Amino acid sequence: MNKNLNISKKVEQLAPSGIRAFFDLVLGMKEVISLGVGEPDFVTPWHIREEAIYALEKGYTSYTSNKGMIELRKEIARFLERRFGLSYDPENEILVTIGVSEAVDLAMRTILNPGEKVLIPQPSYVSYGPTVDLAGGKPVFLETDIKSGFKITAKQIDRAFTPGTKALMINYPANPTGTSYNKEQLRDIARVVLKRNMFVISDEVYDELTYDFDHTPMASFKGMKKHVIYLNGFSKAYAMTGFRIGWAAGPANVIAGMTKIHQYTIMCVPTISQMAAVEALKNSFKDVLDMKREYMRRRRFIVNALNEMGLDCHNPEGAFYVLPSIKSTGKSSMQFSQELLERKKVAVVPGTAFGKSMEGHVRMSYASSYENLKEAMARIKSYLGK
Amino acid sequence: MDEILEILTNDARITPEEIAKLTGKSVDAIKKAIKQYEKEGVIVKYKTLINKDLVKDANSFVRALIEVSVAPQKDVGFEYLAERIYSFPEVTSCYLVSGTYDLLVIVEGENIQTVANFIASKLSPMENVRGTTTHFLLKKYKEDGHILKKAAQGKRLNISY
Repeated sequence: MNKNLNISKKVEQLAPSGIRAFFDLVLGMKEVISLGVGEPDFVTPWHIREEAIYALEKGYTSYTSNKGMIELRKEIARFLERRFGLSYDPENEILVTIGVSEAVDLAMRTILNPGEKVLIPQPSYVSYGPTVDLAGGKPVFLETDIKSGFKITAKQIDRAFTPGTKALMINYPANPTGTSYNKEQLRDIARVVLKRNMFVISDEVYDELTYDFDHTPMASFKGMKKHVIYLNGFSKAYAMTGFRIGWAAGPANVIAGMTKIHQYTIMCVPTISQMAAVEALKNSFKDVLDMKREYMRRRRFIVNALNEMGLDCHNPEGAFYVLPSIKSTGKSSMQFSQELLERKKVAVVPGTAFGKSMEGHVRMSYASSYENLKEAMARIKSYLGK
Repeated sequence: MDEILEILTNDARITPEEIAKLTGKSVDAIKKAIKQYEKEGVIVKYKTLINKDLVKDANSFVRALIEVSVAPQKDVGFEYLAERIYSFPEVTSCYLVSGTYDLLVIVEGENIQTVANFIASKLSPMENVRGTTTHFLLKKYKEDGHILKKAAQGKRLNISY
C-alpha cells in the first residue's frame, strides 16, 4: 500500500461505520414507511418558493457579501428583536451560513485551541463530536437518560468543568430526543456558564417547534450575550432544508473569526436561498403556526401509541423526534432497526447513531403524515407480536 | 377554530377515538362536542370531495358562475330575492358580494343548453333582477383548498440524521 496516498488519520478515525451500512440498506429499499427522516414532511411554503423563482428570473445569481446580504442580516436582527427582544447588530454580529451545520463547524474552529474541551450532552446530533475533533479540540460527553427525559442539568455541567473547558454545546429542542428546557432550567445552565466563564454554542434550529412552553434563547439571560454563539436556521421552522441556509449571531470578535473561515471555504451562501430566507422571515408567521399544531397532534399520537405497546417513550417538549427505549424487546438498537426494516418495511434510526450510550433506543421522527404514522405504529405492533 | 373542527375539515371520516388521541381529550368529550356542533348547525354535513373529471360513468355536466345585479327591496333587502334564486336545485352556491354586482350564483346543469335555459327562463325574467353575466367554467384546478391534480410525490430521502 502506498502510504503517501493515505488520507489523514484523524479523518480515517471519524465515526460511524455500522450506521452508514444501515442507511444504505434503507435507501436501497422501496415502499418503506419511514420514521427515519430528519427533516419536515412539509414542502417549503409556496410564497417562499415563489420568491426563489422570482429571484432566479430577476437574475440574482451573483455573489453576495461574505456575511450574507445585508437585507437578510437586517431581517434576522429584526426577527430576534421582535420575537425575543434580543438586539444584534446586523453589520458585525450576524453571519449567514450554509445551515446550522456549517455554523457549528465554524464556531468550533473559531474558538478552539488544540486540546481545548467542549462539553456535549449525550445523546446529541451527529456532527457535534466530529466537528470538535476536526477543529483539534476534545469532546467531553455528558450522559443523559430517558429517566430524566434526556435532560442535562446545571450541576452535571458544573461538575464536568475542568481547566481547558472552552465551551458547552447545547441543542434544544434537540435532535434526536425532542427534549427542550423551560426558562428556569435554562437559567440554571446559564448561571453555570457565567460562573465557569465559558462559551455556549447554542443550536436552536427547532425553536419554533416547542410545544409545552415558550422557547427561551440562551442569549436572552442577563450577561449571556457575550458568551453565546447563537445558531439557528430556516430548515425546520420553514421546511427549507434543501435551501441550506442558517445563521450565527454572537459577539463581534467571534463572528469576525467565523466570517474569516467562511470566506475562505464557502465564499457566501447561495443567493437564491438568501432571497427565499428574506421572504420567510417577512411573511411566514402563519405557516409556522400551522405546522406546529400539526406536529403537536402527531406527537401525542406517537407517544401514546409507543407507550401502549410497551416501548417506553418520554413526552418530548419539542422538535419532531422521539427516542423510545426498546430494551423490553431484549434486542440491540441495530438488530431492532434491521428486523423492523426487513420484516415490516418501517425505517427508524438506531439510537447508537447518536452516542454509544443510546444502545437500547431508536429514534423515530413524526415528521410524517398521520396516515403513515398510524400504519407504522400498526406494523411495529405486529413486529413485536402484539 | 376549535381543533376538533380543524381535524374534521380535513378528514370527515376520522373517528372520535382518533381525534381523542390527537388532541389529548377524552373520547366522551369529543363525542359530546361533535354532537353539540351538529345540533347548533356548526357542522352542516359530512361530504366527500370528488374530482368529477375522473369519474368515468358520471353524467357530463357544466357549471356556470353567474353575476346577478339586483334591485334591493324595501324591508327585505337582498334576502327575499336571494332565497327565490337559491331555492332552485340547479343553484349549487349563492353568495352576496360587494363590487359591481350583487349576487354570485353558481349553477350546474347537464349541458350549456340546460344552464342557458335556466338563466333565460327562470333567473333573468325575475322581478328586480337587473341583469346577469354568465361565465361557463372551463377547468377546475383547485377547490376548497384542495389542488385537484395528484400531488407530486415527496422527494425526501427515507433516512437522514
